[in-house]
Amino acid sequence: MTRERRKFLLFALFALAVLIVPLFIQGSYLVNVMVFVGINTMLAVALNLLLGLAGQISLGHAAFFGLGAYLSGILTTAYAVGPWCAMTISAVAVGCLAFLIGFPILKLKGHYLAMATLGFGIIVYILFNETVELTGGPSGLSGIPNLSIGPLTFDSDEKNYYLIWGFTLFTMLLSINLSNSRIGRALRAIHDSEIAARVMGVNARLLKVQVFAVSAIISALAGSLYASTMTFIAPASFGFNFSVELVTMVVVGGLGSIYGSFLGAAILTLLPEYLRALQDYDIVVYGLLLILMTMFMPGGLVSGIRRVAAAARAGMRGKDRTNA
Amino acid sequence: MLRLQGVSKVFGGLTALDHVSLSMEKGAITGVIGPNGAGKTTLFNIVSGIYSLTSGDVWLEGKNISGFAPETLAKLGLVRTFQNVELFGQMSVLENVMVGLHTKSRSGIVSCAFKLPGQVREEKRIRERSIQWLEFAGMSDEADVTASSLPFGKGRLLEIARALAVEPRIILMDEPAAGLNSRETIELAALIKRIRQSGVTVILVEHDMDLVMDVCDKVIVLNLGCTLAEGTPREIQENPSVISAYLGEG
Repeated sequence: MTRERRKFLLFALFALAVLIVPLFIQGSYLVNVMVFVGINTMLAVALNLLLGLAGQISLGHAAFFGLGAYLSGILTTAYAVGPWCAMTISAVAVGCLAFLIGFPILKLKGHYLAMATLGFGIIVYILFNETVELTGGPSGLSGIPNLSIGPLTFDSDEKNYYLIWGFTLFTMLLSINLSNSRIGRALRAIHDSEIAARVMGVNARLLKVQVFAVSAIISALAGSLYASTMTFIAPASFGFNFSVELVTMVVVGGLGSIYGSFLGAAILTLLPEYLRALQDYDIVVYGLLLILMTMFMPGGLVSGIRRVAAAARAGMRGKDRTNA
Repeated sequence: MLRLQGVSKVFGGLTALDHVSLSMEKGAITGVIGPNGAGKTTLFNIVSGIYSLTSGDVWLEGKNISGFAPETLAKLGLVRTFQNVELFGQMSVLENVMVGLHTKSRSGIVSCAFKLPGQVREEKRIRERSIQWLEFAGMSDEADVTASSLPFGKGRLLEIARALAVEPRIILMDEPAAGLNSRETIELAALIKRIRQSGVTVILVEHDMDLVMDVCDKVIVLNLGCTLAEGTPREIQENPSVISAYLGEG
């Protein structure tokens, strides 16, 4: 029970921090950056369910994000569907699509799965570019309406911050619950030994497809939120590069760690802002960071920090002993 | 309990099992022995649904289970352990056993994510049952240890505890004594006998003859994909064709 309480406390503290951050950065462009941190956290958490828990790679997750954004964008602009309604329709549609393609695709393992998801991502990206009369093609789709609740319209960075982070916190909470449940354990079991998991009665095939669909639905929701906060979308945001960036966020933060996904998303979103002075050389810093991370913290930031903390505590205890 | 009827398995041009017909009795411990390459592991992989069979049928208490997937067999009460110990290495010892209760619980993705009341109750029950199974295997002290950091012998015990958590009617153990020292093997023998006492049918493939002779009610000898002999441990020890298969023709 104490462990359960500690988990809840940690989440409450995190939520509180998210709530008060805008007070310190009010009016600055950082609020806008934090909106992106929120969206990216949501996406990283979604991918982490698949990659960190179940151990199944996807190099096409930007496509689900993009499909959510475009479906919402098209429904609201061309068909005058209400934004919330469009968001729901997109999530359901993307969920169904993921479920359908999940069955054949998730039969594959390792590199083959990476290739198949990569292929899916590329196909969707090409569709965004080529179906000009629907998506506006490479020049993008504009005039997407903001979300609103009654008289409150989410049309400023501050308002969007709370909107996005509301969804992100909710996603994080559900993911934490999920990973500490029967289903989460079954997924982690598949990750460690699929055959043993099946012998224990876990329907690995179905469960992998289910988590793939859940992950896609969350990504689509993030896409819809992105479209309505930006009011403008273009294919470039949903390409292969972004899929890889999402995988990087999850790996940097730590596979299977929900807070790690936040750290990974935060670092990979904030870093470019601070590296702008370096212009094109920012990619060098990026690369170095990744190399150092994999060398010294292969388990990701969260487990790395935990290890350092444990070592520090052990060192302290050692010192106490020598003093006494 | 478990019956094989003319089961064959062919890999390319190699016949690993050649029309094997066997039956294992309910509530007994049956040992399957034989020289390397006799087809013991193939037999296990077929019965546990990991390999498909080339021909023949497998029956579990009157139900034809040939070609069933491992997860379906688990629901029917058939589980196995692995020669190389297949643990969920990154999970704790307790969590490993909790996975064993997968078929005994049913909360889906949605109720798990939203922590619906039924799921919370079920989770508590899973945890309590799992602790009981760890006690049964004598591993309660290691509940919070990460499975991959367990010593080999303990890993074996954990794998058995996890399999028992499925509450099987029949458990197949693939060389449970391999890699164990003599003290651990004695503990294992005691555990296997306790499992039989609880009413579970045990089938084991084993190389350790002392263990086989100690715990088994019946021994089946395979050689070159065929049944060579069947009988009590004593009968098998005195069977001339078994002796020659093991030692080579004198």
